[in-house]
Amino acid sequence: MAGFTLYDKLWAQHVVKEREDGTALIYIDRQLLHEVTSPQAFEGLRLAGRKLWSVPANLATPDHNVPTTLTERQAGIEGIEDPVSRIQVQTLDDNCDEFGVEEFKMNDVRQGIVHVVGPEQGATLPGMTVVCGDSHTATHGAFAALAHGIGTSEVEHVMATQCLIQRKMKNLLIKVEGELGQAITGKDVVLHVIGVIGTAGGNGYAMEFGGSAIRSMSMEGRMTMCNMAIEAGARVGMVAFDRITQDYVQGRPFAPTQDQWEGAVSNWANLVSDDDAVFDKVVEVNAADIIPQVTWGTSPEMVTTIDGFVPKVEDGVTDEHKEAIQRAHKYMGFEGGEAITDIQLDRVFIGSCTNSRIEDLRAAAAVAKGGKVANTLKQALVVPGSGLVKAQAEAEGLHTIFTDAGFEWREPGCSMCLAMNADKLGSGEHCASTSNRNFEGRQGYGGRTHLVSPAMAAAAAIAGHFVDVRHFNLEGGAK
Amino acid sequence: MKAFTTHKGIVAPMDRANIDTDMIIPKQFLKSIKRSGFGPNLFDELRYTDLGLPDADNSARPLNKDFILNRAPYNKSSVLLARENFGCGSSREHAPWALEDFGFRVVIAPSFADIFFNNCFKNALLPIVLSEAIVDDLFKDVAAVEGLELTVDLENQKIIKSDGSEIAFEVDAFRKHCLLNGLDDIGLTLQDEGAIKSYEEQRKQQAPWLFRA
Ligand code: SF4
Repeated sequence: MAGFTLYDKLWAQHVVKEREDGTALIYIDRQLLHEVTSPQAFEGLRLAGRKLWSVPANLATPDHNVPTTLTERQAGIEGIEDPVSRIQVQTLDDNCDEFGVEEFKMNDVRQGIVHVVGPEQGATLPGMTVVCGDSHTATHGAFAALAHGIGTSEVEHVMATQCLIQRKMKNLLIKVEGELGQAITGKDVVLHVIGVIGTAGGNGYAMEFGGSAIRSMSMEGRMTMCNMAIEAGARVGMVAFDRITQDYVQGRPFAPTQDQWEGAVSNWANLVSDDDAVFDKVVEVNAADIIPQVTWGTSPEMVTTIDGFVPKVEDGVTDEHKEAIQRAHKYMGFEGGEAITDIQLDRVFIGSCTNSRIEDLRAAAAVAKGGKVANTLKQALVVPGSGLVKAQAEAEGLHTIFTDAGFEWREPGCSMCLAMNADKLGSGEHCASTSNRNFEGRQGYGGRTHLVSPAMAAAAAIAGHFVDVRHFNLEGGAK
Repeated sequence: MKAFTTHKGIVAPMDRANIDTDMIIPKQFLKSIKRSGFGPNLFDELRYTDLGLPDADNSARPLNKDFILNRAPYNKSSVLLARENFGCGSSREHAPWALEDFGFRVVIAPSFADIFFNNCFKNALLPIVLSEAIVDDLFKDVAAVEGLELTVDLENQKIIKSDGSEIAFEVDAFRKHCLLNGLDDIGLTLQDEGAIKSYEEQRKQQAPWLFRA
């Protein structure tokens, strides 16, 4: 008999009951909550007179709506200018207080984007099932966990039963072999993969990233890749457990205590796909082929390389494809054939659950060091993913590198990733962004997003247009 | 969830096809953090002559006197009669929430949008599909008798008219079971409470670090 994939194992470990219709009741170890998708779930519980099945399985923090300027933040919840945001943040606090859920409130140093906070606290552990009312929950799969986004009624279902009704997915392996080039990050790998398989390529699959390039990648790079599995259509992204995972988890507040540690590690050692495991689909990528990626269009699959060009309509292979290119041209203000390095930028955003961790900020700072944000730019924002990331960056002096160069240094939150608060693009503005979605209007009405890695974003901020970070003067000595 | 066994109520006729979720509850109310209290804004644009806003005092707003739900005895109706493709539009659950909050327990139409249809069962609302001809007859009945009432017997899958005549209807056996017993998805899962608890016990032995105090 063939061996099991990591996903097969995680699934099997969490089946409470198989149902006749082919679905199964799956046990959920951790639920992360934020202010946008939880209020109706809490209210549903209240209306039905139900309680949380397991209070300590839940952890909450506000992120989507919180303001990121120090002045608005310091005034507390009453200081949030947008009334809808204010009510949502307040409601999260009230609900967590009422139900006894541990919450890192807006001005707690541990507050941040849920997908940054979970791993940072050790609240995301190998072998867990992790859910959150947010599609980028796949991020947590980097820890050899089974993690995916859910809707609000499922949030309530998990609150009340600690379970979800699920159907097993198929197995997809993205195998990245070889060594990544200088300055090539998890972001470039995942954008490249999405470019190869398309935004629907992962539909119905649980996607595991494997291969030697992934084995030598940091946890932060792995999180960036898993974060964007959903942009390739896969609700689940995963990386097998190894020493790098172990070292990252050890000593974090929610991690196993010392007397449990040995047992946990030997249990986790099994969280890898067996050598003879069979995947329904395997996509092989040569690490050495990947060079810095930049999206030019309105879908993450509309991606090319820094030395590439915006495609022309006639480059489309099918009529549908041609039409999609045409539509994206219209929205992005392109005719086709423009060099990526000629795209002039209006704003730069370094942040989001994809790229706002300390390693991301270090990479960006290494490029920004000693430079100046181009005066053609209206704004260059750096938004750390959590209060703790911010504190760490400040301890390393990264914030002064950024502010000296003319970047704004903000308080943690989702910020310009989705324009739910004051941080937005103006209509027609081009933005180099380290976030995960370049959909029409995602960063503000009419805004034009180009997805890149943190180092590429920083270099673009200094140059005022995209440049190849590999040939950029890396004074700070990033490796 | 409330159980649904039999229900007797006044029928409100809405002689329209493709009543969409936006008509049932307009977009501006979706920003709410609640799932209750949508009743006063059900069919907002048809019901009032001004623009509805989430925090307005609905009792002070100008009513469209011609709209069926604003007229007695239909302001107390609990069975909605409509034409095909009822509930098309968005997947959000606000539409059944609004209908339920107003007091509706049954919606009768020749066809429903899929997601809306599913969402109804999660919210103690029974959508009944009847043929176009039968729906047509019901519209005639309602036009002839002011405040006509119908009895819906879910157990026996029939609608009983005041003259004693009956209309049979179909309902998925599993969903019927859930409605009769007041089981929403959560209630249903909680029937497996024992299995969840024993899984949890076993897991606590194997991986105690997953469970915080
Ligand atoms: S940073 Fe962006 S993608 Fe991530 S959780 Fe926030 S809004 Fe969603």
